[in-house]
Amino acid sequence: MTAQAETRPASVAPPADETRSRVDRLRNWLANPWRKPRWLAVFTFAYLVWALVPVLIAIQFSFNAGRSRSAWQGFSLRWYINDPSLSVLNDPSLRAALTQSLKIAVLTMVIATPLGVGLALGLARWRGRGARPANTLMLFPLITPEIVMGVALFLVFTNLFSFVDLGTPAQLLGHVTFTISYVVVVLRGRLFAVTAQYEEAAMDLGASRWQAMRLVLLPLLMPAIYAALALVFAISIDDFVISAFLSAGQDSVTLPVRLYSSTRLGPTPALNALATILLLITLLAIVAAGIALGRSRRRRGEHGSGVEDLAQFDM
Amino acid sequence: MASQTEPARAKGRRKERNWLWPAFAAPGLLWLILLFVVPFYAILAVAMGRIDPLFGLAQPVWNPLQWDPTTFFNVIRDLFGGRLTALALRTITYVAVATALCIVIGYPVAYFIGRRAGRWKVLLLVLLILPFWINYIMRMLAWVNLLSTDGLANELMVAIGLFDAPQNWLSGRSSTVVLGLVYGYIPYFILPLYAALDRLDEELLEASRDLGANPFWTFVRVTLPLSRQGILAGTVLIMLPMFGDYYTPNLLSGSPRTRMIGNEIDQFISSGIGGTEGAALTVVLMAFVGILMSYYLIQVARETKRAAK
Repeated sequence: MTAQAETRPASVAPPADETRSRVDRLRNWLANPWRKPRWLAVFTFAYLVWALVPVLIAIQFSFNAGRSRSAWQGFSLRWYINDPSLSVLNDPSLRAALTQSLKIAVLTMVIATPLGVGLALGLARWRGRGARPANTLMLFPLITPEIVMGVALFLVFTNLFSFVDLGTPAQLLGHVTFTISYVVVVLRGRLFAVTAQYEEAAMDLGASRWQAMRLVLLPLLMPAIYAALALVFAISIDDFVISAFLSAGQDSVTLPVRLYSSTRLGPTPALNALATILLLITLLAIVAAGIALGRSRRRRGEHGSGVEDLAQFDM
Repeated sequence: MASQTEPARAKGRRKERNWLWPAFAAPGLLWLILLFVVPFYAILAVAMGRIDPLFGLAQPVWNPLQWDPTTFFNVIRDLFGGRLTALALRTITYVAVATALCIVIGYPVAYFIGRRAGRWKVLLLVLLILPFWINYIMRMLAWVNLLSTDGLANELMVAIGLFDAPQNWLSGRSSTVVLGLVYGYIPYFILPLYAALDRLDEELLEASRDLGANPFWTFVRVTLPLSRQGILAGTVLIMLPMFGDYYTPNLLSGSPRTRMIGNEIDQFISSGIGGTEGAALTVVLMAFVGILMSYYLIQVARETKRAAK
């Protein structure tokens, strides 16, 4: 270390003692990368700062008292509630976007989850000839680029199923289509553990098939079903491409579509406020899903939290 | 029930199950056939269809025997040595550069969190996953705020002397769009790679060290080859949506100089006219993405077979 300190270029003014020892300590800490990967830690830290701080700044400016989105003028809730015409609460178009998103997400959740649960159950237990192709079909919505799916749905609603209007009905059908597979993936994890033996045991003990399902299978699947509900809600409210392709003007603008269309038009911090609300709603749903998945995991007797399970979803 | 013998009961139950489980799957399957398979067919029907001579609107042709591939071939010709060549090359360049940057930036992060983070692991993992659930558009909005002429990033760059005056980052700059793509998609690259590195058997690394390899060669000879599957998975996972991206160039640039294939498709759809061409472009994109996807699946199958040996 002393050798390094001596070779420091002379042009650098010698810092005060305390600063120098701090600099030395930092250099010490960064040296010898093989024992403990200090530079990797620094790099990872820098990455996380880069990944998250821009969003934190965007959130901060949703609370700005002034109109600027880059000069801080004090804290206020002006862009959420106080401004008489421009806040999320008082601008009808912003409020409409919020309502539309919530409406679609709740309806998608209610329709996609039962469909997906049935599909997961069927695919897990069905040993017939159609099971393999059905399984493959189920995987495709997960890997198809959203733009392709958006174009496909747009063309089918404008050319073939023209009784479905663009706007809310088309958006709802589209969201259900791409969320069903996520429900299947969540449920399948659980169904690996809950084998058919559980119901067979119940039936050997005198339960009818429906009793076995209602009283044995369903309770065992419940945590996974809750997780699927929350996940579908989060994915639906977060979606941009499908909602945009299937929207029909002002009446069916969702939150992400509104963010997209206003970002380049010199918006006020109310847009940041809207984005922050979207983030908050999504995170609440995800935390709920994580808790449910964690519970599902613990019942399976596995360690860990739902965090890692959650990581495999959403694209 | 009591009068039935055991095998007969089991047989009866099996027979019942023959229709029961398909019946559970049926509604979901029907939904996917009607709203996923049929729509894909609709893309083909429009791409190979006619254009209404009166209004210039696309008319789908549902019977494959009457398909007219003229528009489709025109689009192919435009892409390979025609009007759309620059667009196609630009798209491929953007995606390639952004993917390479994702690998260079993402690998160390995934490696650290997967193998070296110690007691910080759970916290770091949560922070790593967080961007997944921050809306993509919001993350772009954050950068539009920062990069606008009076934005904080611009102020910072002027303050540290990088530039004399604030730069206009948000119109027609390829670098901004590529960095936007990296920023947008890198979480999806890091996560599968993290999972691969996390699964890696510590004993293999110890064996390598015991056999005399220093950490550098252990990494090059053991860790890196074993994480190849994770790199491949992450790469495919980000390349598929990147090829269809149109919102990143629109939000961060909005200039014809940074248009990608996705912008062309988006324009056809949102304008309503020339649907035939838009659908044909989508078919080309699907084919391209399908090749990528099958390459990935073949690799995975090969790897699985090798592991099973």
